[in-house]
Amino acid sequence: MLRILQFLYRIRAFILFVFLEVAAVWMIVSNNSPQGAAFFNSSNALVGTVLKHQADVVQFFSLAEANEALTTENAEILQQLLALQVKPDSITLPLDSVFAATYEFRGARVIGNSLRFSQNYLTLNKGSKDGVKPGMGIFNPHGVVGRIKSVSENYSIAFSLLNTGLMISSKIKSTDVFGSVQWDGKSSTEARLLYVPRHVRTQEGDTIVTSGFNAVFPEGLQIGIISRVAPDEKDPNYLNLTIKLSTDFSRISYVYLVENTQFNELDSLARESEIINEY
Amino acid sequence: MNIRNLLSYFLLIIFLSVVQVLFLKNLALFGVAFAFIYLLGILILPVSLRPVSLILIAFALGLIIDVFYETIGMHAAAATFMAFARSLWLRAISPTGGYVEAEEPSISEMGFGWFLSYSLPLIFGYSLIFFTADQWGTGGLLEILNKSFFSAIFTGLLVILVQLLFFKRRRRI
Repeated sequence: MLRILQFLYRIRAFILFVFLEVAAVWMIVSNNSPQGAAFFNSSNALVGTVLKHQADVVQFFSLAEANEALTTENAEILQQLLALQVKPDSITLPLDSVFAATYEFRGARVIGNSLRFSQNYLTLNKGSKDGVKPGMGIFNPHGVVGRIKSVSENYSIAFSLLNTGLMISSKIKSTDVFGSVQWDGKSSTEARLLYVPRHVRTQEGDTIVTSGFNAVFPEGLQIGIISRVAPDEKDPNYLNLTIKLSTDFSRISYVYLVENTQFNELDSLARESEIINEY
Repeated sequence: MNIRNLLSYFLLIIFLSVVQVLFLKNLALFGVAFAFIYLLGILILPVSLRPVSLILIAFALGLIIDVFYETIGMHAAAATFMAFARSLWLRAISPTGGYVEAEEPSISEMGFGWFLSYSLPLIFGYSLIFFTADQWGTGGLLEILNKSFFSAIFTGLLVILVQLLFFKRRRRI
């Protein structure tokens, strides 16, 4: 017995090493599962504050650019609004509640971002206090950005579209053929459109937009354009489509959050009928 | 190791972590060469430090970096491995006559060539573990090797530069 204890004492460094490695691997695994509650992440108050101050300084230099983009967007929205306004001497009828808006929008600022790893995350400066909930979609005027993973009181963490674990239900705009956009972990400007059957006719330059099937994003938000069409080598039934993302992930600063107010109803319906809804 | 030494190591590690988190987080030369300058904090700790405390320090340091990188566990796993390998590697490449008590494995004390052969394999091992964890199930082996190789060289260069620029030369013989 004493010998065993002596032996264990002699290799204590190795035992500690193995123990800590196992702990680290456990943390990696639990952090990467979409439902897993993460214990330490940058939505924590101290880390969030540091990141926020850093973003304050860095983004100060791109304020003019951000302003210009916002002004352009405002002008576009004003134009659309003009078309929607009620003209004098016209009759309006209240519509059925079926047509009531099911999406709510919020604004947020990106304070932490990465794009060099295969699991990239964003940190946003809005949290549960501002009504942010896990599962909300994120986009900016150029295209889809990601999805909220977890929230704390003042900050939230989101899967970037540049995260190999995130799939976004999408379709080719011109033909309405749907598939899933997933990042392949290589270039930060490109992603893949999966599950498009071989018979579909498509070409470079076709626009990819969200399909609205998964109840996270409204239909028609731009994701990117097809940059390469090739037959899939592994599975000949599908096409291998590479898309060029319309969002420049290296310079996202202001984003919009979208919440489907009927998400819970859709989700429970899917659960009740035992369909696994793809997010 | 006296209190003054302890404090200076502590400040160095804090300083390196701050630089790592604020300036080097999104830096990747040509998309493959990452900088892990905070590893200098693990490399530079005295030779006489017990492996157990070294591993604990490395794990905690890795975890702190992880929180800011949003990569929970990856830096911690890699840094723990590096700390464990460091004690074995130090024994393997010990100069004839062994290390003098409380000697620190830096360029100024051990010389340029020795430091190169000491630090580069350790940093490469670190990068290998880190990128394997990062690319798990997605990227190929080639991608991992590519990133590890260039990151090791880039980090090695930075580690040497920081020492040449900011460390006091203690003795010149």
